[in-house]
Amino acid sequence: MLRRLALLPALLLALVLPGAAPAQEDVVLGLSQNRIAITANFDGSELLIFGAVKRETAIPETPLDVIVTLAGPSEPVTIHRKSRRLGIWVNTSSVEVDRAPSFYAVATSGPLDEVLTQTEDLRHAVSIPRAVRSVGATIEGAQSYTEALIRLRERTGAYQMLENEVQVDQQTLFRTNVVLPANLTEGAYSARIFLTREGRVLSRFDTVIDVRKVGLERWLYVLAQEQALAYGLLSLVIAIAAGWGASTAFRLLRG
Amino acid sequence: MQLYLPIAEVSVNIFLLLGIGGLVGVLSGMFGVGGGFLITPLLFFVGIPPAVAVATSANQIVASSVSGLMAHLRRRTVDMRMGLILLAGGLVGSACGVAIFARLKELGQVDLLVSLCYVVFLGIVGGLMFFESLRALRRSRGATGPARPRRQRNWVHVWPLKMRFRTSGLYISVIPPILSGLVVGILSAIMGVGGGFIMVPAMIYLLGMPTKVVVGTSLFQIIFVTAFTTLLHAVTNHTVDMLLAVVLLIGGVIGAQLGTRIGLMMRAEQLRILLAALVLLVCGKLAWDLLAPPADLYSIGEDG
Repeated sequence: MLRRLALLPALLLALVLPGAAPAQEDVVLGLSQNRIAITANFDGSELLIFGAVKRETAIPETPLDVIVTLAGPSEPVTIHRKSRRLGIWVNTSSVEVDRAPSFYAVATSGPLDEVLTQTEDLRHAVSIPRAVRSVGATIEGAQSYTEALIRLRERTGAYQMLENEVQVDQQTLFRTNVVLPANLTEGAYSARIFLTREGRVLSRFDTVIDVRKVGLERWLYVLAQEQALAYGLLSLVIAIAAGWGASTAFRLLRG
Repeated sequence: MQLYLPIAEVSVNIFLLLGIGGLVGVLSGMFGVGGGFLITPLLFFVGIPPAVAVATSANQIVASSVSGLMAHLRRRTVDMRMGLILLAGGLVGSACGVAIFARLKELGQVDLLVSLCYVVFLGIVGGLMFFESLRALRRSRGATGPARPRRQRNWVHVWPLKMRFRTSGLYISVIPPILSGLVVGILSAIMGVGGGFIMVPAMIYLLGMPTKVVVGTSLFQIIFVTAFTTLLHAVTNHTVDMLLAVVLLIGGVIGAQLGTRIGLMMRAEQLRILLAALVLLVCGKLAWDLLAPPADLYSIGEDG
């Protein structure tokens, strides 16, 4: 009896809260493709991420910002550092990052430090350094190595910082384009959409885009992994047949 | 036109790959080298991961060597007996080499070892061949000079277990061929190449075989060593990219046929001086990479 009484205020509070909470805003998402097929002539892909903000209440005064992130599957990475020994450049030290995303893109509707506060960035691991660090938490005293990893991957387009690349219309519709490079790793790519006001995250939406090899690509990949000996022998047979075939063809051509 | 490679997981221009295959094929046919010392760095350059590049070029070398060998077989410029003896040494050596490679991988610094091996061996072999063929060329310019004694008797002629190699016109001990096969096998496993660029000079200068026979015999030996390497890589590392290999070998087999024809039109000394220049060029490039300050001190490792 006593316990039930004690619960009452909490129940009342719960009933009251939804009305008192800031206007609930949710993401309704659309993707130009929710699975990406890697075929033999795959040459990168452009992914259109668009959507609308669903809300029950009037649009608040403060402007709405949208952040879209897309992360590829994580894998361990070793970063080597060279230095000069006896006149030649040698890898002298290295740091292993347990897990770093193979691809990572952040698109925002404004400068990142304005649309997202430091604490929110820390919590949701949005910016590139945070995203890399959050999954590879075991690095110690290796700041410059992580920076190098990011620098090298930004240069190849594997990591992309796309500030002001999300267009927001009427605080309701948003859209952005992410260019996926040709050297894409297979796996589940996670897309996250954050709605923010004054740097605070109001709502977050997560979805997964499947990137898969198909057809011949898939068949070869699976064979190489699971039937390595057969795959190796097949490679050799093809090589020998091609060499023999070409030689015979040339002889016939000359008559 | 771009082609996505399933194992390498990169997309590369198909004509670029055909070109690389063709170029290496021409060299293979002309000189009897597998071209691994050239194709592997070229593949790095177009963005193929090193592990895949090494394994796949071994596979591609099998194809271009078969194509080249066929042409030589018809011309009867293959010393089968010598080839088999070299091969026996080569397979043992290659198994040893793989073991050494694995041991060094545990200790780290394999990349450095491979680069140093390339620089040292390409430098020695290229330099020796270059000066020797320059001398030969100058001597033949002197035209009517007395024919030099065909071959001196040296230690290869006095060791036991002598055998007659009719195609090469030799009667020498089998121990030197087995030993050179062994050494080349070890080096080729460590350096990820067929070993033709070491084998060819070894056959010419060490065993005293005639240049015409050397090319075909070297190709014969290379086929088996690289086939062995391909299988080993496919089974242990899953790094043979069949699609990449097929594209490379389409270019390669055509190139090899052209190369064999070009090789027959040229004089042996010219052939050797060209190969020497090429070997020295690759050596210089690799040495420069070791000595020059790198563009970025940091690099991302392959597997982690």
